[in-house]
Amino acid sequence: MQAQLFITCLGEQFYPGMLEKMVGILEALGVQLIFPEEQTCCGQPFFNSGFRQRTLPLARRWLQTFSRSQAPIVSPSGSCVDMVRHHYAELFPEGTPEHQMALETAARTFEFSEFLVHQLGVTDVGASFPHKVTYHASCHYLRGLGLRQEAKQLLAAVRGLELIPLVEEETCCGFGGVFSVVYPEVSRAMMEAKVRNIIASGAEAVVACDAGCLMNISGGLQKAASPIRAMHLIEVLAERE
Amino acid sequence: MSQTPVSINFGAYSEHVPANIPAAVQQATGRFLGNRQARVAEMPQWEALRQAASDIRLHTLMHLDAYLEKLAAQVTAAGGQVHWAADAAAARQTVLEIARQHNVRQAVKVKSMATEEIGLNHALQEAGIEVLETDLGEFIIQLAGTGPSHIIVPAVHLTKEEIAELFRQKLGVDAPADPIKLTEIARATLRQKFLAADMGISGANFLVAETGTLITVTNEGNGRMCTTLPDLHVAVVGIDKVVPDWESLTVLLKLLARSATGQKLSTYTSFITGPRRAEGEFGPKEFHLILLDNGRSRVLQDPLGRQALKCIRCGCCLNVCPVYKNVGGFAYGWFISGPVGSIFSPQILGVGAAGQLPFASSLCGACAEVCPVKIPIPDILLHLRRRVVEGDAFGGPSAPATIRLGAWLGTLAFGVPWLYRLGTRLLPGLTAILRRGEWIPALPPPANRWTKVRPFPAFAARFRQWWGKRPLRGGKP
Repeated sequence: MQAQLFITCLGEQFYPGMLEKMVGILEALGVQLIFPEEQTCCGQPFFNSGFRQRTLPLARRWLQTFSRSQAPIVSPSGSCVDMVRHHYAELFPEGTPEHQMALETAARTFEFSEFLVHQLGVTDVGASFPHKVTYHASCHYLRGLGLRQEAKQLLAAVRGLELIPLVEEETCCGFGGVFSVVYPEVSRAMMEAKVRNIIASGAEAVVACDAGCLMNISGGLQKAASPIRAMHLIEVLAERE
Repeated sequence: MSQTPVSINFGAYSEHVPANIPAAVQQATGRFLGNRQARVAEMPQWEALRQAASDIRLHTLMHLDAYLEKLAAQVTAAGGQVHWAADAAAARQTVLEIARQHNVRQAVKVKSMATEEIGLNHALQEAGIEVLETDLGEFIIQLAGTGPSHIIVPAVHLTKEEIAELFRQKLGVDAPADPIKLTEIARATLRQKFLAADMGISGANFLVAETGTLITVTNEGNGRMCTTLPDLHVAVVGIDKVVPDWESLTVLLKLLARSATGQKLSTYTSFITGPRRAEGEFGPKEFHLILLDNGRSRVLQDPLGRQALKCIRCGCCLNVCPVYKNVGGFAYGWFISGPVGSIFSPQILGVGAAGQLPFASSLCGACAEVCPVKIPIPDILLHLRRRVVEGDAFGGPSAPATIRLGAWLGTLAFGVPWLYRLGTRLLPGLTAILRRGEWIPALPPPANRWTKVRPFPAFAARFRQWWGKRPLRGGKP
């Protein structure tokens, strides 16, 4: 099977190691990967700030970039996939070729764990990580894509991993894209609540499926001088301790 | 309080939230949510009920003119009098005229969001009419001189200690910080007023068009006292509160209390159809229904925005909202707060006055997940953000030019792949001076709005180089 890598702008800028591990896991499962080099950003930050018109050229370019191949598209970000899947089509009037293209592309765009569990039928990638881990449900991954079990199924199969429940697992961490800089004090209160719960869980690492949440949570843990690691699910699945 | 605000500054308030508010709010909302969850778990048909409720509300809104006509005819047939109020001022004027005609000196009120919306208490007091809130929460905030900070628990931001202190100051009584004792004090004060009042004022949770019946859903006995003891009952109700028939009402009542407090049914569900019909019957001699538009018919023309009017005011979206729970209701600047306030106020007041509210959300979607009438709150927030920055047929743009310039620069950087790739290659070097290990502790403005809260991760792009150096295994696009 072939798949196209949609690495996302935040993934590219801040989490190159996670992206390399994503390539490793997918290739080990026999997936032939394509990296469309024209990709930049899906436009989500602008769309979520209300700049619909400014989003159009970005969405158009994204669609062109990923339509050169018919292979499914895989991304390590729930919110970017949610953008493509649920908002691209509404950017273009019904009946236009772009609308059709958006619908068609959306149908073959998957978040990483969704791709593993539902497209490849894989829940065990052979990882081993003998540590206490807790899980934060990223909002768009959870409510936008409806992925409530997938990450946990994959974590459950990791050797030695002890999954510890997180109080308020499904409560937003306070990132919210533009929200975090428009209302930083509210974002801070939400982030600190999340970090308090993570620390109280007793876990050695917290796992999430979106770069945005990870930037926020890991920054919060750093500020709290906590040794707890904020890890992308992919980073845990790449462990062979 | 609750006068129509000219400008709502969520940002300024959010920087100075009184320290005790989040804890007080979280305690109460947490209890409601826990109860709600238990009720939902008992109801396998919950999702079907939500869909049915959403359909009923939307259907009614789409045929609102017909249902309002029907309602007005039925209220009139039952002996009530119907008044139409285009805006808040007209509604206040109508209440004052009715009060004047009846020489009203004292009015008692049932908890009502519509009268908070129009700032009725202030207008009555200015006209020399004593007005008393009789819902315990409303009684408390009236003493405090504020508006409500939650749709169903107006005084949710206050602790029992603060309420006791308020009672000591305003009522001159020795009040212990004990909810039961505090309620007894309020009750003793209120009892006298019920008997002396010339006018009872209420809102409504619903209005049933087919019979002209007004429904109030309450947990304290005060509502029935207000609407039965005085000779005059005046109700101020938004035009969005109408439901076609009793069958529809049943669906909505099943959802309302369960979503709000987690009760199966509230303690009192009262059905009022017109005034008393004969001498010897109890109840007010006159019943007046003031139907309030106040911008709602304009909102109805917006295919997405109109869904905000499906709201049945259960307050559940506030209870789950992490933003609301950390700032409290006053941050939203008007009588209605939380996620639904953020989609209601900007549509009624305009984005010039309330344009900050659509941005007061992380778009986490928790509200839409629990809303009993399935209002797509995040979609409407996005819709209103567009109104703020780009403008649409209903208003805006109202965002400052610098924001629009920033967005233009941003889309330029992402819209030209070679420019993006160049920036990606240069950023780690350009920001090296700011870097401390894996982190950038402080960024220059405006990005310092991030780093004042937590450090920023270091720019570390290297994937493209890594990918380029790999032996070719994948296919070419």
